[in-house]
Amino acid sequence: MNWPLKKKNNGDGNSNGHIIEMLGITKVYDTGKIQVEALKGIDLVVDKGEFVAVVGPSGSGKSTLLNLVGCLDTPSGGTYMLGGEAVAGLDRDQLADVRNRRVGFVFQNFNLLPQLTALENVEMPMLFGGMGRRERRRRAKEHLDRVGLGDRVEHRPTELSGGQMQRVAIARALAMEPDIVLADEPTGNLDTGSGSDVMSLMTELWGQGRTLVVVTHDKTLASRAGRVVEIRDGVVVTDERAVA
Amino acid sequence: MTSFGSFLRQLVRDVWSQKLRTFLTVFGIIWGTVAVALLLAVGEGVHRRQTKSFAGLGDRIVIAWPSRTSLPFEGLGKGRRIRVDETDIEFLKKRVGGLAEISSEYAQNLRATFGDRARLVDVSGVSPIFGEMRNMVPAEGGRFINPTDMDQRRRVVFVGNELAEDLFGEIDPVGEKVMLQGSPFLVIGVLQAKEQDSSYSGRDHSKMIIPSSTFQALTGQRYVDLFIYKAATPDRNKALTERVLAALGERKRFDPGDTQALGIWDTTDMFVWFDTFMLAFKLFMGFMGILTLTVGGIGVSNIMNVVVEERTREIGIKMALGAKSRTVLSQFLLETFIFTAIGGIIGLTLTWGFCAAVAGTPAEDAIGTPVLSPQIALLTAGVLGLVGFLAGYFPARQASRLDPVVAMKL
Repeated sequence: MNWPLKKKNNGDGNSNGHIIEMLGITKVYDTGKIQVEALKGIDLVVDKGEFVAVVGPSGSGKSTLLNLVGCLDTPSGGTYMLGGEAVAGLDRDQLADVRNRRVGFVFQNFNLLPQLTALENVEMPMLFGGMGRRERRRRAKEHLDRVGLGDRVEHRPTELSGGQMQRVAIARALAMEPDIVLADEPTGNLDTGSGSDVMSLMTELWGQGRTLVVVTHDKTLASRAGRVVEIRDGVVVTDERAVA
Repeated sequence: MTSFGSFLRQLVRDVWSQKLRTFLTVFGIIWGTVAVALLLAVGEGVHRRQTKSFAGLGDRIVIAWPSRTSLPFEGLGKGRRIRVDETDIEFLKKRVGGLAEISSEYAQNLRATFGDRARLVDVSGVSPIFGEMRNMVPAEGGRFINPTDMDQRRRVVFVGNELAEDLFGEIDPVGEKVMLQGSPFLVIGVLQAKEQDSSYSGRDHSKMIIPSSTFQALTGQRYVDLFIYKAATPDRNKALTERVLAALGERKRFDPGDTQALGIWDTTDMFVWFDTFMLAFKLFMGFMGILTLTVGGIGVSNIMNVVVEERTREIGIKMALGAKSRTVLSQFLLETFIFTAIGGIIGLTLTWGFCAAVAGTPAEDAIGTPVLSPQIALLTAGVLGLVGFLAGYFPARQASRLDPVVAMKL
């Protein structure tokens, strides 16, 4: 009831079907004495249902780009439309709202709250979205079931393995049915086995028609994506679509 | 709000995992609350006790003693003696408007004997109304002088409590005969012990009181030593005194502006002065208390700041997931508010307990009974609320302004 209607523009309602539409995006970090130009004019368009892997060496600006895509940070220049909505000029609270409704994050170090159970962690975005308690519980359970953790709902993060924690994080990212799921090195802190579990899960999500942007060093993970964007020194150097 | 339950559960969990921190926070507030409330309560207790001992002299009466003129008036030189007798008192009763009560008082030092004990005693002859005006309450089993005693010039005596102990020892004085100037007097009552810290002719606990009619017959004294009067309410005493001076001045032919002809002691002045003094005293106490509470508040603020730092990552994560600044802000504010409320309630309870514990102990004689009045509790709660808000606001604002990207990396 108090659960806001979202996905006004999940691609279909958008004139051109682009979820992400970035034009000439720059990001300059002003540390006072020196200015660091992390992104030097990025053009990036992602359509609904795409699985994009962003690759590149450390310090190339790929995490910065992901933060901008996820509205965790604001660009210094250029225009950015997320799901047909202009992001420039939004204030902190409006950006928080956009993150809540449109974006699901998966982080390298999971970023789960240690004092909460798996279920409560998954509930969190819905709590901020103003959803009622019953609805929250129901959905959180459902999402945990889907990532294969239906029997771990009352466990704290410390009682879970790395792979399980990342799966909780993925369930959390999906909680609000976002337009796009963003992952920053999702397998970076996992052993090979858990890593490949998480990769399979990502691929599965893609198969369900979700849009994913994943920053990764992991060539195996990148190879699973439908499109690989390589960034070097703040610019896109290659953008290749795999032949299906 | 649907999130309130979740918030509370989180809070409880957080508080539980940080027992020492929580304890210190709440302790700071308790300490501050007890300081404010106790200072104010003790102040109030001292005030009440002091007011009561002032009232030992009388219930906001004016004391007047005829003396000598200091100004020439209508051809009469100064230094003339003003004498007032019973007819003048009757005249004042009839002629001065607003005079609620008046009693003459004759006083002499007389020899009193009971059995083989003899004492020189301050004896006063007064009207029946005197007892009420001067707050002389008889102890159980006794009475004060009544109108019949007065009319029939009975030889009855009302005895001060300490004098009664001295003269009668273990014997209950009521019903006993005591000799005054060689005449037997029946003891009709003993003064109930009272606080009295000012007097004009000896403390009431060491006096004997007899009817003024009997006094005059016994001693032959015609003129009063003094008389006491009061208006219906204390605030009218001043105007009443002016009318008394005018009426008596006209009758006795002295300048109503002559401050010496009739000595005047308006005891209400003392109450007014004391109330003012106590207000300043309580303001001072309250100020000290507020300072103490502020120190407690700064402690809480510090701890909340540490909490913000400790939880920066958590705040970052929450913001990344869509928590608005307002949510983070209100979480910290509410947390401080809950700490403050719990500390405040415990503090007020402790203070209340202390007040209850002092009652009936020897400490009561020195500081009176500390009273935690609703006003004090309310004032403390108000100050506490303000301190709590300020202590919570700045850390909370700091938390809500964190940049999610930066906060999460910590």
